[in-house]
Amino acid sequence: MSGRIDVENISVWFPLYHGSARSLKKTMFAAASGRLGQDQQKRVVVRALQDVTVSIASGDRLGLVGRNGAGKTTLLRVLAGIYEPVAGRVRISGSLNALLDPSLGMNMELTGRENILLRGLYNGLTKPEIARLEEDVADFAGLADFMDLPMRIYSSGMVLRLGFALATAVRPQILLMDEWFLAGDADFMEKARTRLEEMVRGADILVLSSHQDAIIRDWCTRVLWMEQGRVRADGSPDEVLPEYLGHPLPEREPLPVS
Amino acid sequence: MTIAATATPPDIPRVQADAALDLTAEMTLRSRNRHAVDDIRKGLALWRLALTLGWLDVRLRYRGSALGPFWLTISTGVMVGALGVLYSKLFKMDLESYLPFLALSQVLWGFLAALVSEACTTFTEAETVIRSVRMPLFVFSIRTLIRNLITLAHNIVVIVLVFAYFLIWPGADALLALPGLAVWVIDALALTLLLGAFCARFRDIQPIVNSIMQIAFFVSPVIWKPEQLGAGAAKLFLNPFYCLLEIVRAPLLGQPIALRVWAATIVYSLVLCVISWAFFVRARSRVSFWI
Repeated sequence: MSGRIDVENISVWFPLYHGSARSLKKTMFAAASGRLGQDQQKRVVVRALQDVTVSIASGDRLGLVGRNGAGKTTLLRVLAGIYEPVAGRVRISGSLNALLDPSLGMNMELTGRENILLRGLYNGLTKPEIARLEEDVADFAGLADFMDLPMRIYSSGMVLRLGFALATAVRPQILLMDEWFLAGDADFMEKARTRLEEMVRGADILVLSSHQDAIIRDWCTRVLWMEQGRVRADGSPDEVLPEYLGHPLPEREPLPVS
Repeated sequence: MTIAATATPPDIPRVQADAALDLTAEMTLRSRNRHAVDDIRKGLALWRLALTLGWLDVRLRYRGSALGPFWLTISTGVMVGALGVLYSKLFKMDLESYLPFLALSQVLWGFLAALVSEACTTFTEAETVIRSVRMPLFVFSIRTLIRNLITLAHNIVVIVLVFAYFLIWPGADALLALPGLAVWVIDALALTLLLGAFCARFRDIQPIVNSIMQIAFFVSPVIWKPEQLGAGAAKLFLNPFYCLLEIVRAPLLGQPIALRVWAATIVYSLVLCVISWAFFVRARSRVSFWI
């Protein structure tokens, strides 16, 4: 079965229950951005996504662009099945891996080995699969003797490498990636890039949210421009990116990585 | 330069996540129900994860301490010993009949109280995971239960020591506590689903729950014996906590369980399960927004 995502007219509203949901400051701010409203029960809600429709077929590499708060991460969470829409319908077929949180389920007090075991269990892997995962991750992250020591004594580089290795160790049909994933120093990115490209290549569908237009141009065949929770434009990178950036795209070579 | 899709090398593990997902906003009660059943089913399939999480919770709580979770055993033991001597004087009962009762009651109540309190944070404590990956919520219910069962297992040592000291052996009758424990497990899971979701939405509930449990401790026969109530003991079955305690405690003390206690327990449990399911079916899809 090949991967496919169909999103039909979905909306996602966040009810503001906790804290000073109805404070004057927030009301003013939200009124200015035009995304605050009330649902039928007169609760204050933030309309994170409004009437979004998009179909992603096998082979698509979709880049999400837009300013902070445009709804990119919310859309990724909807595609991952974490937020269920308040209106509309989402249909997803294919195994899915969402790389949204670099430290998903990781616990600094646990050893590297235990964290690998936990991630394997989160992904529903079997025992032999977890053993293979352990080998693969330890090798990539270069942990060696640190495997059985608690993660809190790791250097930040080791933590980053372990998180990255874990996230990229399972190969899904549908890969959802938030931009944190492409952060890291140049040295690390060099090593990470091969592994990431391998995973992206193995996936039927890639949905990537990023502020780095070089990465979007490099990896994506299609760009979705989000603005205030709506789709502003949907098309090839060459069509959408110049409009989004407000200037023509620079020459394609050379391509900076980081 | 664009990366195209190719076949995956066969030896790399694939994610076992939902092969197909269909989420719509206009859900009928029936489809909500189906999603909730699905949540339970997938949660049970991830039992190894729930088990590991529960076990790691206990281990991390006592990280770096020499005795680890056995500190629980010691503090329960000291408390039972001190209370036992004091209350046997206050209640004018001989230590030999009171202390085994108290040890058993205190350990069992400790489990109930901690479970009810921790049920409230079942989903909120898993916030980061729930918000970064689609995960059956039932996994976290099992985790809360497992964590408390492990604690209970450590405290059972206190009961065994007290029973051994007074040379009490409940005999084969003790096996009658097993159906009681089965009811506990079912009720515990129902309660974590209900309170977990409810407390995620209404943050004021947990303090209320804790004060209710405090009151319940005093009005239920935990440190006092049902007989001390005299004629009133016959009405104790109206207290759900008494019934829950009794179905596990009585067989271990070699006492019979009144039929009405079992009947009442079943009624209470059914009511709890129905309320819990009705709420969970509606709340399941909203929990990720509430936490």
